[in-house]
Amino acid sequence: MAIGLNHYLILGAIVFSLGLYTVLTRRNAISVLMGVELILNSANINYVAFAHFSSGSVDGQVYAIFVIMLAAAEAAVGLAIVLAIFQLFRTIDVGAVETLKE
Amino acid sequence: MELAAVIFYLVAALTVGSAAMVAFSRNIIYSAFSLLGAFAGVAGIYVFLGADFVAAVQLLIYVGGILVLILFAVMLTHRITDVKITNRAAGKIPALAIVGVLIGLLVQTIRQTPWAKAKEVLYTPTSAKIGDLFLESYLLPFELASLVLLAALIGAVVLARKEIRE
Repeated sequence: MAIGLNHYLILGAIVFSLGLYTVLTRRNAISVLMGVELILNSANINYVAFAHFSSGSVDGQVYAIFVIMLAAAEAAVGLAIVLAIFQLFRTIDVGAVETLKE
Repeated sequence: MELAAVIFYLVAALTVGSAAMVAFSRNIIYSAFSLLGAFAGVAGIYVFLGADFVAAVQLLIYVGGILVLILFAVMLTHRITDVKITNRAAGKIPALAIVGVLIGLLVQTIRQTPWAKAKEVLYTPTSAKIGDLFLESYLLPFELASLVLLAALIGAVVLARKEIRE
């Protein structure tokens, strides 16, 4: 059986589910960010797979590059916020940080 | 089974296995390093899909940038000398239920939908086409992207620096 669109979409669905599980269960802010990265990767797999099998153009790949760019910006700002929270509260447990100010 | 299918399943297994390690590992350092396998596996998937440029970007930005950033954050926010670098999880059973239902629905939808098919599946170099698109159809988003990156850069510096009080 040749590898078709469905294989890639199901792979994307599995990676998405694992990322969602990470986001739902982790209490460590960095782990939550790792889950978000997995979710973005799964979306990118879908974009590139559709570009390859369905439209045949490279537009999907352009979207994937934009998503990667936004993921980089999100990681930089998110991790800076995590560091600021750590300096303030000495913990990055997302359940323990309930206020915006000390 | 032909060779391409075998390699695809190997790369997919690497991706899913690493992602599962990220989701289920009890040690956050293991989680962070497993992310390397997941990102590299996704880059391999891009190569399979004929997206050479996206695969290179994936390796450069995800493996070279974001992963290093995440490892830095882990090292800076955990006292490594403490052996207890746990990666606590809460509400596992409801989360598993939600994710199980979700993946069931997704797989069912993927199987039932009659997806549109391209006339022919091409394997051609993509860099030139992507460059043309960036400077023609996607010029405004492309310029906005540079603004977003500048804002993220300044924002990250402002957020992460230590304030010096007189």
